[in-house]
Amino acid sequence: MTNIVEVEGLERVFGANRAVDGMTFHVKPGEVFGLLGPNGAGKTTTVRLLNGILPPSGGSARVFGLDPASDGPRVRQKTGVLTETPALYERLSAYENLAFFATLAGVPEADLKPRVLEMLAFFGLQDRAKDKVETYSKGMKQRLALARALIHKPPLLFLDEPTSGLDPEAAQHVNALIADLGRQNGQTILLATHNLLEAQRLCDRVAVLNKGRILALGSLKELARKLWPVTWVDIRLFEGASAESASARIQALGGVRHVQAEKETLAVQVEAEEIIPQVVAALARENVPILKVIPRDYTLEDIYFALQAGEK
Amino acid sequence: MNWRSIWAIAQKDLKEARQNKAAWGPAVVVPLIFAVAMPILFIVLPQVIPVEDVQRELGDLDALMRNMPPAFQALFDGKSLEQTFVLYAAGFMLAPMFLIMPLMFSTVVGSDSFVGERERKTLEALLYAPTSDLELFLGKALAAILPAIGLSWITYAVYIVVVDAASYPLFGRIWFPLATWWPMMFWLTPALAVLGISATVLISSRVKTFMEAYQLSASLVVLVLALVIGQVSGVLFLGVGTVMIIGLFVWLADALLLYLSVKKFNRSSLIAKL
Repeated sequence: MTNIVEVEGLERVFGANRAVDGMTFHVKPGEVFGLLGPNGAGKTTTVRLLNGILPPSGGSARVFGLDPASDGPRVRQKTGVLTETPALYERLSAYENLAFFATLAGVPEADLKPRVLEMLAFFGLQDRAKDKVETYSKGMKQRLALARALIHKPPLLFLDEPTSGLDPEAAQHVNALIADLGRQNGQTILLATHNLLEAQRLCDRVAVLNKGRILALGSLKELARKLWPVTWVDIRLFEGASAESASARIQALGGVRHVQAEKETLAVQVEAEEIIPQVVAALARENVPILKVIPRDYTLEDIYFALQAGEK
Repeated sequence: MNWRSIWAIAQKDLKEARQNKAAWGPAVVVPLIFAVAMPILFIVLPQVIPVEDVQRELGDLDALMRNMPPAFQALFDGKSLEQTFVLYAAGFMLAPMFLIMPLMFSTVVGSDSFVGERERKTLEALLYAPTSDLELFLGKALAAILPAIGLSWITYAVYIVVVDAASYPLFGRIWFPLATWWPMMFWLTPALAVLGISATVLISSRVKTFMEAYQLSASLVVLVLALVIGQVSGVLFLGVGTVMIIGLFVWLADALLLYLSVKKFNRSSLIAKL
């Protein structure tokens, strides 16, 4: 299937600052793609470039096959953007906010009211639809901003720091909504965030950014493999069993690099995850009483900090 | 050009401006002063104060009228002292004051629409809407221009009714508006409304707050004050021809300023100021 976003050597320079410095990536249909990086990494600038708000200084970007710099309105017809601040008209009601943006997005007059009411209901705001937005809580405002981004049912959704400034409960609510959109509705999402946990929970693939450049790109597994070609697995034995004697039985297995034994736990370093079943089978054959097998997972946090440290 | 979007932007901006007291306050107070308070004062005054005082005032007026074009002087032929005073004050002296209105209305709504949107941090979401830069500009400009013209015309209409009603006992007939007022209403007033908004757009790129934009663009009123002084001092009388020529110059200035404003009003420079 054709990629929804195609970015090739994209650049944006502000004076001496290279905000986006030769980025290349693509986003597939139905994918939740993360742009992960600290403040100033170029995430928001990339979102602006891909929506035709800013022209690039170099390279190329295609969104649905269109050039955002020359075809901005047509690109934005197919995208919805949740900005870092909700940017809502606080003197107007939630209904008026959504109806206004629906009109700009070309939702037909006859569909306008049902569409706005549907969105308000989906985001749990129907009871406060006529209240001015200035009376809303931060979490409600963020949900309304998300509803605004989706009012014209865009096939591509950009989320720029969607939970920034929210309390943990509101952030969890917004994240659950995003997960629903991505997983259940097959919505293609480009998520710009510095929140590692959020990216790990929501994204299929991430591009780790720093100073406008992509340091690494791929799924969590791919990134972990690139950084740490070998992996560790902890094998816990029943109480009283000797890890020391069990270790001797797997030392010589192909793919096993290193074995450490301590009380009832074996720490085994293997060349690939695929070796783990062979290790377990070898121990089982020797009647070693295995209680638990726990592969050591790398989190996005591990990957992120390893990459940022490498950059420094 | 998507006119549905343009109207939606204009309506939204007006809805917002209506909730900004600093924006609609002058829109209510100034027309009331110009259209009701001032004409009543100038018409009732010569009917209640001693005739000698009116005579003294008219002494000054005599000097002014000697500078008037002959066509204007003819209007005063055969008029009583009181009638001369009212005719001069309501028909000529107050006329340029009305030109302040289109300027003031368009700059106040324009400031709220162009700078207020940035100040309230709502602009970014609007820039992500699938409208072109020109549609965005037109929506915002119309939000300022149309009410400015509309409110000015309503104020003129109220003024006409008040002047004719208040001076009917004195003249015994309906004599107002004079010929000069028609080009003022339908030629110069729209031109000044457009001048107000195009200047506001240019100013808005250099200021941060609604108040700064409003105060700077409202300084255009100085142009109108020059006309007021011209009229009162007898240097420049607003006859039909003069109004048409001034209007032409203002429209030419509008064309230039609008061209510059549209050029300046684009997403990349707007987002850079957020």
